[in-house]
Amino acid sequence: MSVTVKIPTQLRAAAEGASEAQVEGATVQEVLGGLFDRYGELRQRIADDDGSLRRFVNVYLGGEDIRFLDGLQTPVADGAELTILPAVAGG
Amino acid sequence: MAATHLKCRECDTQYPLEALYVCERCFGPLEVAYDDDRANLDVGELRRRIQGGPQNIWRYADFLPLAGGPPGPSGRLASRVGLPAGCTPLIRADRLAQRLGLREVWVKNDAANPTHSFKDRVVSVAVTRARELGFETIACASTGNLANSVAAHGAALGLDSYVFIPSDLEEQKILATGVYGTKLVGVQGNYDDVNRLCTELCAERDWAFVNINLRPYYAEGSKTLAFEIAEQLGWELPDRCIVPIASGSLFTKIAKGFQEWTELGLIEGRLPRMNGAQADGCSPVASAFAAGHDVCRPVKPSTIAKSLAIGNPADGPYALDLARRSGGSVDSVSDEEIRAGIRLLAETTGVFTETAGGVTTAVLAKLAARGEIDPDERVVLVITGEGLKTLDAVRGTFETHTIEPSVEAFEAGLADAVSPSGSTAALAGAGG
Repeated sequence: MSVTVKIPTQLRAAAEGASEAQVEGATVQEVLGGLFDRYGELRQRIADDDGSLRRFVNVYLGGEDIRFLDGLQTPVADGAELTILPAVAGG
Repeated sequence: MAATHLKCRECDTQYPLEALYVCERCFGPLEVAYDDDRANLDVGELRRRIQGGPQNIWRYADFLPLAGGPPGPSGRLASRVGLPAGCTPLIRADRLAQRLGLREVWVKNDAANPTHSFKDRVVSVAVTRARELGFETIACASTGNLANSVAAHGAALGLDSYVFIPSDLEEQKILATGVYGTKLVGVQGNYDDVNRLCTELCAERDWAFVNINLRPYYAEGSKTLAFEIAEQLGWELPDRCIVPIASGSLFTKIAKGFQEWTELGLIEGRLPRMNGAQADGCSPVASAFAAGHDVCRPVKPSTIAKSLAIGNPADGPYALDLARRSGGSVDSVSDEEIRAGIRLLAETTGVFTETAGGVTTAVLAKLAARGEIDPDERVVLVITGEGLKTLDAVRGTFETHTIEPSVEAFEAGLADAVSPSGSTAALAGAGG
């Protein structure tokens, strides 16, 4: 299953300048793993040593925060869009 | 104290003072860092300079991240350009204190700002910095109060503005934004959806999103609330502050303001106990506090306190840490308690606050009822916004007596009109 991952500007230097990438995977974790395999530096920047995402990293599947779904285990459909964004808020 | 650089709160990586907000190395939030030259500091002279400054937040310009100091001509007339915020009343609320069985309660009424909320403080700083950096368009993702402020500051300074809000916001807040001639965008979703959209747009547009790419500067504006409270108390610290929490930025920056002044020797004493206030319908920080967690699990908000309806609070971890290390807490209250809190504050102080202030007042009542506040404590209740912006919250909570225009009709109707409806039923039992 091929998924489009949108890469935020702050991480593009670690992804050879790419703003998005096509990655294979059946879950969010597999997709991110595929992304990290392609751009090794990304892993150190947004994931902790145990593979979980750092606390200021938000990941959205089709606009929905994956923490409202099944987190990293959330299944992804072919053609889905995964967006990585920094946590920032203040109304 | 001059701003020197931006620094990652997580890994300390340094960045220049530009429109940056995220650490490229670890994705942590960036914060303004200042030089620490206290060697030749004359505290008396510094206090006099503050007291001789303008009657707005620019009297604290020494502690804000602006390269060119306050806007406008120099001297005492400084900074009357634009929409200067701050220097709002700190009022002693003896009747409120008495109702709650406390001795010394102060209300910091930040509804007395140009667009009637504390947001004018943060927007003044962010927009001034945005102009220094050469931006011509300002923007924001807002739950309402920020929308009012960004639209008004854009109008005052002649900057284009784009304001993004959840489309189901209170009508008063929509009207009080559109009137300034901003480009108003109602997004079909909640605040967290608006915020995600704006974070994506921020990368595509050369705009100053005050609470995204200008966030490190914006957040510093909240420190001025702490500076004012300390100055208005005669250069003293309160024992406890009750502050609403949405993203957690205001809560943590008020403490930062107290800490900076304590470190400089402008004030003495320990950090006040910091009590955060949330609504039950959006209480990710209060839930994490109760569960002993150090991060917040996001929620889908459902509360009348829409200005606090941020389900994914970015500064949640820092707010939790602050509540714990200051000996405070983070509590939440129901919509019914929020309405009662609005009435309680109005009836005992003459201050009419929006739902966020109802949350704060209700949490104060809750803490007092639980016996957590020593009666000798000096407590400051931070009221962040104006009641006229959330009129629905008080609709139907009292009666109007309609009569014919005659003395007889007034006297005939008086018998059943003299007893004002009890306001604080939901908070009954709070204090003695």
